[in-house]
Amino acid sequence: MKGKFCETPEEALDGLLVPGMTIMSGGFGLVGNPETLIDAIARDGVSRLTIISNNCGATGFGLWRLLANSQIERMISSYIGDNALFEQRVLDGALALELNPQGTLAERIRAGGAGIPAFYTRTGVGTVVAEGKPHEEIDGVTYVRERWLRADLAIIKACRADPEGNLVFRKTARNFNPDMATAARITVVEAEELVPAGALDPDHIHTPGIFVDRIVKATINERRVENRTTRAREAVA
Amino acid sequence: MSRGWDRDAMAARAARELRDGDYVNLGIGIPTLVANHIPAGMRVTLQSENGMLGMGPFPYDDEVDPDLVNAGKQTITALPSSSFFSSSASFAMIRGGHIDLAILGAMEVSADGDIANWSVPGKMMKGIGGAMDLVSGVRRVVAVMDHVGKSGQPKLVARCSLPLTGRNVVDIVITNLGVFACGKRGEGMRLVECAPGVSIAELRETTAAPFLEAVS
Repeated sequence: MKGKFCETPEEALDGLLVPGMTIMSGGFGLVGNPETLIDAIARDGVSRLTIISNNCGATGFGLWRLLANSQIERMISSYIGDNALFEQRVLDGALALELNPQGTLAERIRAGGAGIPAFYTRTGVGTVVAEGKPHEEIDGVTYVRERWLRADLAIIKACRADPEGNLVFRKTARNFNPDMATAARITVVEAEELVPAGALDPDHIHTPGIFVDRIVKATINERRVENRTTRAREAVA
Repeated sequence: MSRGWDRDAMAARAARELRDGDYVNLGIGIPTLVANHIPAGMRVTLQSENGMLGMGPFPYDDEVDPDLVNAGKQTITALPSSSFFSSSASFAMIRGGHIDLAILGAMEVSADGDIANWSVPGKMMKGIGGAMDLVSGVRRVVAVMDHVGKSGQPKLVARCSLPLTGRNVVDIVITNLGVFACGKRGEGMRLVECAPGVSIAELRETTAAPFLEAVS
């Protein structure tokens, strides 16, 4: 069952962490975050990181810990939300932030993985995000050119992985994970469940193993809920 | 009846923009409440830009699943018709014009359909999120906001003062005082409807842009 499976997060990240590197980290809000690998990167202490991720965790959780550790020099994100430390570091000038529209961020990553160096989009035309970028009129509409994003390392959270690196994600924990898995030189996955070859239906695989280099079992699965919203059960008549 | 619409009545008015068969993206705040006002028998499919089509209601307390949230990070449920997908696929739906209607909050909207809803320089920066993609990619855009700000300043203006989310993109603005159609091609803003008890004179006073009174 060995294949791409590693025993520990340290083994999965061995030789990969270098100061000044660029890391893509999957997740949307607190859902689908590679919590085990982020923890290993926090313990390693590697610094001057550029992190590409939609958000930057939340107090005490996920990428927030790398921020609190002063390991991050630059963020490429779409949303800050209620992450007070993130907002403060940006306002203080201690953290460089490149803010992207979320769809542009996702497509830049997809393009990076697909070998497409740039693409045109209407998103952001006439706003600050398009300033200084080339524009082109195509079929009578003005578009802005956006460049691809690639990284040295992608850290990914999956639900299930087999030794080949085939991945299945769960519900909205999929989000940026499959896109990021394609766009880095090395992709390291943590999965809640490691399964033997043949256990995944080939028709139901979300990320084919070619995009995955190393896999480790996710041992930190806090899966914190950011905004617990429920409805009352209807009274039984 | 009290003057104007409250939050829920604004959501109910926004729900009247829905058409049978629509694929719809609802923003955070009042737009989320629109889901409570979908007319019985109308088929409307809700898209959430974090990667889901066919959002169900909020879960019962014992159904909460940390892996199942909407774009506002609220816990939700799936329906038998639901599907999940990646962020890039989600925005292909949005950017590619496959979503029929977006209803989102705003801080300022201009008469020609510019919208600002992501940043107040020096004060507030929550980020852009999916808003820029939604306003430029979705076929029909409805903005919902209070008619004036906390200090009484008009939010429906001739030209936005805050950083823009999109230019010439808003079709309809619903405020607590009325409904307006923006002139995205420079044809001028038009009053569609006054909220209950609100006069056109009052709308003129609280709106910092000219509008036509083509009330049907």
